[in-house]
Amino acid sequence: MNEIISGCITAIHLILTRDPSVMEITMLTLQVTLTAVLIATCISIPLGSCITFREFFGKKYVIGVIQTLYAFPTVIIGLFCFLLLSKSGPLGFLGWLFTPHGMILGQTLLVMPIMTGLTISALQAIPKSITDTIAVLGATSRQFLFTHLREARFAIMATVIVGFSRAISEVGAAIMIGGNIRGHTRILTTSISLNTSMGDIDMSLALGFILLGIALLVNIAMGLVQQR
Amino acid sequence: MSMKREPTYVGIALLILTIFLTTPVMGETFEDKVLMIATTTSLDDTGLLDVLGPAFEAEVGDNVVVQWLSKGTGVSLEYGKRGDVDLMMVHDRAAEDAFLADGYGTDRRVFAYNYFVLVGPESDPAGVAGMAPADAFDTIMEMGMEDSSVQFVSRGDNSGTHSREKAIWKSAGYEYADIQSAGDWYIEGGQGMGSTLGMADEMGAYTLSDMGTFLAYRGDLDLVSIVEEGDDLLNIYSAILVNPENEPSVNTPLGIAWINFLMSDEVQEIISTYGVEEYGKALFNGAKGNEDVIAVSVDETSLPLEIAA
Repeated sequence: MNEIISGCITAIHLILTRDPSVMEITMLTLQVTLTAVLIATCISIPLGSCITFREFFGKKYVIGVIQTLYAFPTVIIGLFCFLLLSKSGPLGFLGWLFTPHGMILGQTLLVMPIMTGLTISALQAIPKSITDTIAVLGATSRQFLFTHLREARFAIMATVIVGFSRAISEVGAAIMIGGNIRGHTRILTTSISLNTSMGDIDMSLALGFILLGIALLVNIAMGLVQQR
Repeated sequence: MSMKREPTYVGIALLILTIFLTTPVMGETFEDKVLMIATTTSLDDTGLLDVLGPAFEAEVGDNVVVQWLSKGTGVSLEYGKRGDVDLMMVHDRAAEDAFLADGYGTDRRVFAYNYFVLVGPESDPAGVAGMAPADAFDTIMEMGMEDSSVQFVSRGDNSGTHSREKAIWKSAGYEYADIQSAGDWYIEGGQGMGSTLGMADEMGAYTLSDMGTFLAYRGDLDLVSIVEEGDDLLNIYSAILVNPENEPSVNTPLGIAWINFLMSDEVQEIISTYGVEEYGKALFNGAKGNEDVIAVSVDETSLPLEIAA
């Protein structure tokens, strides 16, 4: 119990003193995660809409596969990206292994299935009566889509929050693709893992609280957006 | 359509925020200024690289950056094979020999040594203090089968320390596979040296550690040194360049500069005195001048590397 309290105190101390290494780790975490979530949003919402509103052969199975991929283990994503980005892999020429770029790729792949799947659920949850009304009013397909997205905006916002939460809290992909290099690819979760292994429990807990604090701020920000 | 506008504004605001936040990521250092090292965990866990890295950056100047991945010898050599790093700092002579023979690496230089140490709880439940390493292992195995208070935590991760542990089991007369399946007393942790020491400490078990990491962590542990003498315990650290013929993108010039830096008299002195102040004892010994002790040639500790024209 004492350790948890002293972790809290350490967290507050690190934030108040703007500890440079903690600030660096926190900024990198935000950069990597927000970029990944932004890219994933730009892909997943159109992709999810497309799957929802188009009829095609095997649609049910495609949705089933997407939902299965919610459980994609982060370390397998990490391994997959490692093999892709390694100098002896197909994308080795990019030089992205052990860089934040590689970590962004990993987190994007990680959250895409869940964001696509939840977008589909959000759009499917719109009552049939509304869909019919929109169609009867003679909406163009563009208007049809935007009206639906607007109708489902709370659920879609929740999708983005879930994607963000999964990305910021994962450690497996980040450690395998980034390599946990200090000052370069060390983010909050990989740092927590390292500090715990070095027996620095205080620091680990403090970083954990900072991570949760960020998640809270992001949720508040999203909440404000939702209320508009 | 007015209903469309609000989300668009929000989207644009988020986009701008994200671009703002991500700009520093895009301002990366150029690849030819980065020396990427894969290292055995002990050189990182002890903090030695935190001293040597910045010292090298200051000496070379020119915005050069040293980065390292702390992964254990097995993984480090694997990264080298794949060409994902420029240089490896490792401690497993047999694995290194194979790596060099297969043409994956060039120019091995020995820059430091210390000793492995069998550590365990102060009560020494197997009663092996002071034995020769192989006898101590043999006794731990026999006692472990009968007495549940005798346990051994292995790195179990193909690291240099793990492969030394296997070698000691062998010199005690056992096949490693038999040890792995010998019972609950033998625990494969699958983690770095620091974590493994932490596990052994929690469980009151024995484990094999390099001296440097043990001394650096000893303050947080109840474990004590049980066996630290014997030929089986010599621990030799080498730096090896990734063979540029296999992987043209390797940063050979910086790698060569780093190895020459390690062999310089100043750095050998830093290595030999590192940790004295904090831990009361040097964590490593410089290799130069100690060739007889570690049975390697003078060339291997001292011959500077040259950049091919």
